[in-house]
Amino acid sequence: MAGFDKVVKNYDEALAGLQDGMTVIAGGFGLCGIPEGLIAQIRKMGTRDLTFVSNNCGVDDFGLGVLLAGKQIRKMVSSYVGENKLFEEQLLAGELEVELVPQGTLAEKMRAGGAGIPAFFTATGYGTLVGEGKEVREFDGRHYIMERSIVGDFAIVKAWKGDRYGNLVYRNTARNFNPMAATAGKITVVEVEEIVEPGELDPNEIHTPGIYVNRLIQGSFEKRIERRTLRAD
Amino acid sequence: MALTREQMAQRVARELQDGYYVNLGIGIPTLVANYIPKGMTVMLQSENGLLGMGPFPTEAELDADLINAGKQTVTAITGASYFSSADSFAMIRGGHVDFTVLGAFEVDIEGNIASYMIPGKMVKGMGGAMDLVAGAANIIVTMTHASKHGESKLLTRCSLPLTGAGCIKKVVTDLAYVEIREGKFWLKERAPGVSVDEIVRLTEGKMVIPDVVPEMEF
Repeated sequence: MAGFDKVVKNYDEALAGLQDGMTVIAGGFGLCGIPEGLIAQIRKMGTRDLTFVSNNCGVDDFGLGVLLAGKQIRKMVSSYVGENKLFEEQLLAGELEVELVPQGTLAEKMRAGGAGIPAFFTATGYGTLVGEGKEVREFDGRHYIMERSIVGDFAIVKAWKGDRYGNLVYRNTARNFNPMAATAGKITVVEVEEIVEPGELDPNEIHTPGIYVNRLIQGSFEKRIERRTLRAD
Repeated sequence: MALTREQMAQRVARELQDGYYVNLGIGIPTLVANYIPKGMTVMLQSENGLLGMGPFPTEAELDADLINAGKQTVTAITGASYFSSADSFAMIRGGHVDFTVLGAFEVDIEGNIASYMIPGKMVKGMGGAMDLVAGAANIIVTMTHASKHGESKLLTRCSLPLTGAGCIKKVVTDLAYVEIREGKFWLKERAPGVSVDEIVRLTEGKMVIPDVVPEMEF
């Protein structure tokens, strides 16, 4: 791995250094745009007591849900969870902690974390349980609560294409939280469908510049659909 | 007769205007897309990162990388755009979305809304609902007027944890169209064949009743 070449040889190298108790930021919305191979690697490594910052927690046998089976997750920071039985069981048994964060606030926490902004004010959650215990400021007659940003020890990201320098392009709504997650990891690991040579991606159309990316690996994806919905005709 | 889910969606759709960017929540709000008035163009925003959401796909169009906020597979119309969750909520929190339709468990006379959590039941989370109610100036809540047991959902004070405080001004229920201001509900329209008395009986919060309450027409 010389110079700007971010490509790693295998999944062991991709997640080398991940340790018990670390915080991992993960891209994805539902099962769309999730780093499937990196999640499988964490399962294989057996790393425990992890805090995951991710909009959702997958389903029982796919996505982050597979890490519940190994009791590897201690805390989830998410906007919507509970599409899986194991999640509910572990939550009720006190084995799993959940911090519910509004979706826009979650995205902004990652964005701010990646941009070196320690906290921000938002109207979202004022006057609700989310705002309890948080600093309130009034700007122009409206109330806002202070939210802290998030930085992860690792960020795991899924993109469509990436060049060796780590420049990334996402596809359709599989983009979701991935660009913010990519900026917010002390070590950002990206799994792509296709690795290309520098120059093959149009610099005008790069979604995430390679400066945010530490390690890049080409995966193979099942791309499971959570709610397959078709129209009649 | 109380309105059907389709009629509720139809009534909400009359609030649309040509050129609106619109976010529709899950459930009855989603049905509003079926009743966009003829000759009018609106663009649907899906908060996972799509502006210009189209209908559900055919088998041939099915794409795992193209879903809506309810995680259903969808399509994108010509002129659509994709973006990150941060951009999506900048649109929402920055007040750029013209019209938002949401479901709810309860609303009250102060414009508070409870829609995401029933204590004692599994809490799944608020998703983007707190952002939507805090960011949108033009929100319509659509829900049944009362529970199956006849308990009002239009209250003096919401009993469930709030999704947002003081943010709701318009409600379409299966019985009525109601506005909220000055700490009161204002009855504006009633469902065909539903009496004012029945609406009053099923409204716990203080409600202003004008001399004439027009029936909705379908």
